[in-house]
Formats: sequence, C-alpha cells, structure tokens
Amino acid sequence: MAALTELTLAEARDGLSRRDFSARELAAAHVAAIAGARALNAFITETPDQALAMAEASDRRIAAGDAGPLEGIPLAIKDLFCTEGVLTTAASHILDGFRPPYESTVTANLWRAGAVMLGKANLDEFAMGSSNMTSHYGAVENPWRRRGDNRPLVPGGSSGGSAAAVAARLALGATGTDTGGSIRQPAAFCGIVGIKPTYGRCSRWGVVAFASSLDQAGSMARTVRDAAMLLQAMAGHDPKDSTSVPLPVPDLLGGLDDGVKGLRIGIPREYRVAGLSEEIDGLWRRGVEWLKDAGAEPVEISLPHTSYALPTYYIIAPAEASSNLARYDGVRFGLRVPGDTLDEMYENTRAAGFGAEVKRRVLIGTYVLSAGYYDAYYLKAQRVRARIVEDFRNAFARVDAILTPTAPSAAFALGEKMDDPIAMYLNDVFTVPASLAGLPGVSVPGGLSADGLPLGLQVLGRAFDEATVLRVGRAIERAAAFTAKPAMIGGRA
Amino acid sequence: MAIDPKTVAHIATLARIKVTEAEKSALAGELSNIMRWIEQLDAVDTSGVEPVSSVVDAVLPWREDVVTAGGHPEQVLANAPQAVPPFFAVPKVVE
Repeated sequence: MAALTELTLAEARDGLSRRDFSARELAAAHVAAIAGARALNAFITETPDQALAMAEASDRRIAAGDAGPLEGIPLAIKDLFCTEGVLTTAASHILDGFRPPYESTVTANLWRAGAVMLGKANLDEFAMGSSNMTSHYGAVENPWRRRGDNRPLVPGGSSGGSAAAVAARLALGATGTDTGGSIRQPAAFCGIVGIKPTYGRCSRWGVVAFASSLDQAGSMARTVRDAAMLLQAMAGHDPKDSTSVPLPVPDLLGGLDDGVKGLRIGIPREYRVAGLSEEIDGLWRRGVEWLKDAGAEPVEISLPHTSYALPTYYIIAPAEASSNLARYDGVRFGLRVPGDTLDEMYENTRAAGFGAEVKRRVLIGTYVLSAGYYDAYYLKAQRVRARIVEDFRNAFARVDAILTPTAPSAAFALGEKMDDPIAMYLNDVFTVPASLAGLPGVSVPGGLSADGLPLGLQVLGRAFDEATVLRVGRAIERAAAFTAKPAMIGGRA
Repeated sequence: MAIDPKTVAHIATLARIKVTEAEKSALAGELSNIMRWIEQLDAVDTSGVEPVSSVVDAVLPWREDVVTAGGHPEQVLANAPQAVPPFFAVPKVVE
C-alpha cells in the first residue's frame, strides 16, 4: 500500500470506509510528516494531540456506521480561521497569545463533517501578501525547487502555508482565504488545486477580517475532486454573516466528470498583458486546445477594464483593512505595549504589533478614506469596480466559463520583490478582477516551467456556479495529467 | 499625488501608529509611488456609474432586536492584556 500521506482525499476516505487503515493511523502518518518537514515552516501551530483525539473520535463514528462526508480526513487550517481554544495569530505579532473562545463557522462545518485538524498553517500577516514573506512567524518555503538549483522559493501567498502543506503531503487538504488571489496564486506556485467560491458562499464569521467586501474562504487540495469535497462541506448559509447568501449549496461532485462538451469558454484578450512570458502564454494556449479537444468552444472575449483592476483593488482592500484593523488596539486581546496615555498605548502597540506591509496598507487605507480624499479615491475605485463587474456580466452573457493563466510567473525566490511593493502586487494581475466582481475561480496545475516549476491555469465562472468552474477545472486536470511532485515530500527531501 | 512626511505623520496619527522620523520619509516615498500608480484610474470614465457597495444581489436580512449570545463576561475578558473583571483595564484617561 502506498504511504498514507500519498493518498488523495477521496482515496483516503474510501480506504477509511473499507477499514484498510484507521483514522488514527492516517492522522499519525500526517503528524509524523509535519514533524519531519518543519524546515518548510508551513505551520505556525501544530496540534498533534488534538489531531489524534479527533481521529480516534472519527474511528468510533466509522465503527458505529455514523461517518460524516469527511470523516477522519486530516486538514491544515489557515491561521486566519478562529479555532476554539487554539492559538490564532493571523501571522501577526499583534495577536500574540490570542485563543478564540469560539470556532469559525467554516471550520465548525468541517469538524461536523468529520474532518481532523493537524494544525494552523502559516500565511502572510493578515493575509496581506503574495509570497508568505510578511508573516511574523517567518517565511514559508515552497517544497518545489528549480531543476538543478537548491535555492528556496516562495510558496505564494497569502495562503502559502496551506499550499506548501498540501503539496508536500503534510495534509490531505487545507482551508485558505482569498481576497485578491490568496488561494489561487499559491495553489499555482505549489502545483495544487485551489478554489475561491463566489463571495457569500462561505461564511466569513470567525475568519480574521482583511477586506470584508472581498474576503472569501475556499479549499486547497491535490485534485479537483478533493477540493470540491472540501468546499461542499465548508460552504453554506450562516445567519451570523449577513453577507452569506441564503442559497442552498449545489452538488459539486455529481457532475464533476460530465466534461465540457458544448460549453463556451471565454478567452479574454486583455489578459494577454504586455511582457507575458512565452511559457505562460504557451500553457494558456495548450489549455484552450485541451478544452477544445474535449468538445468546448473557445470564444474570444473582451474584459476592457482589466488593467484597472489592480489599482482599484489597492484602494478598496487597504481602505477596508484600515477599518477592520482598527480593532487591534491593545485593549481587548493580543499584544499591548504600554504608553503614558491611552493614545500612546494605542500607537506603541500598533507600531510594534504590525509589520511593514500591514502598516503600509493601513496608512494607504487611512489616506484614501480621509477628509477630502474619499470621493477622489474610494468612491472612484468603487465606480471603476462597477465597470469591472459589468465587464464580467457582459462576458458571461456569451460564455459559460473563462480560462486564463493563474499567475504571470512561476514561484520566485525567497526575498525577491520585497523592496518593490508594486512588483509584488502584480502577482495578482489575473486573480484580482474576479475578486472585485465576487466571482468563483479555481486554479488547476497545467504543467511545468522550463526549470521544472508548476504553473497554474485559472477557470472563472458565473456567480454561484462553482459546479461549472469545477467541471471545467476537472477537464483541464484530466488533459494536463499533471503527476510531477515537489522535491520535498512528507518530510523527506 | 505625492505624499510628504508631514502627511504621513497626519495619517499615522489618524491610524494610531507611531512612526519615527526615518520611517516618515521612507513611507512618504513608498506611499507616493503607490498613489502615483493608483492614479491611472483617472483615465476611466465613470460618469453616471453608481459605486459598488456589494457584489451580492441580496438585501441585508432583518432580525428581531434580541440578545442572541451573551452572559459570558469571563470569555470576553479571557484574552485581555489587562482586566479588572468585569472590565477591561487601560491607562488612566481622566485625572
């Protein structure tokens, strides 16, 4: 039998129900793999005791014939989800020692489905970043290496720890959150599947807020089916989040293998950005051919305001962040740095507690919302956002899904792009537009770069049509037949 | 628009983040670069366009104005850096 950490989530669930192995054995194999892979720094907090206890409870439910859809499946949880009694940091110094007295709705849904928590995965501080280098707990290493080059690479971000853990076979799947690409870009960099569902599909209750009109939880796994199984359990209406939609979650698994025959797939010409590498463009063209061979019809479309999406995002997201992060004041939780006055205590606490990128964004957000600038910047951005929403609405009148590259490059080296915020922001050029429009998107591994790194293709869909997004993603997965593995697996290099 | 160190000092005060003199000039440069890059939005014609307030076509739900959770002051205070139950404690504000 293959190592338990090599199984897909679906295979593991089948093995558990056949009693080929126990949930405890499955959890123990992953706990050992995590302990052997600490060099990746994929986890901020490991919870091995909790994992084994939850797995034992799963074994009892399996024995009683009472197994949930994810019974005994060990997962990494991005450390942005509040977990009752377990340190929750958002990778920020300012949340030092914070143990939530409650559980996020998404993780509660997963535990109700039988899943097992392995630990809290590393991320960019407050999910602000595309490299996982802004974490107070240190950078995460991508388990992949360039061919013939042992220098460490970034896993992408902000869900970098989640992506690295899944790619390195430390977890069968993981939760992520995506505000401008934070699930899809790290999934592409680490050669795994990541889906951001429609805004409103998953509850944001108990997820540390970054930009509330954009934040959305989603799943990361090694196959499209695995990611769909996770999302199926995570999603659903929650009265505790007023933006969670009161719609039933459709069956995401039944039609997964129905193929793409007759579907119209939009190819947006504006995504052929200046300077797009031949490698990424080539993968994109192959993706179009794969879908055509499977019976879909490629349609050239136009999303005219694409190039304005990033600057729009960098007004809206910091503005919302500056408001959300006002709660970190040293009074109710986390770090406090003393001061002679209350104001000085606030200022000292926030100066010491926030990292450079978080401060940059809080200050930008404060600036664009401040007196005299609100109309010129924030309202202007919300108007351009309306244009971007309209672009997608027009496109989806003609097509069923849209195919693009996920990111403009493969994973880059640790430490690169840190001195130029805008160069870092450009990582999200293909993922941010759909975030602004609240649309679902999946990244699926499409192939390897010339130097042996994974590259991802992104499928976008209509609001609440995750089923089609996943179905197209599955067709790409089947055609790409991506079987390459990273250099560091299961704690071994 | 260029952001000068004086403006950085002003927004840092609004944001309650202490910045040193050296940080002020570094941030002025960084924030100015970001704002200049953002100003390409001026090229988009948005006349007559309503700003997006939500991407979800849903009306915010109403509910009865009743307490749905509460009565756990010890949980509320559990993570406080300093507390004098049932209160959070802060430096003296009024002499």
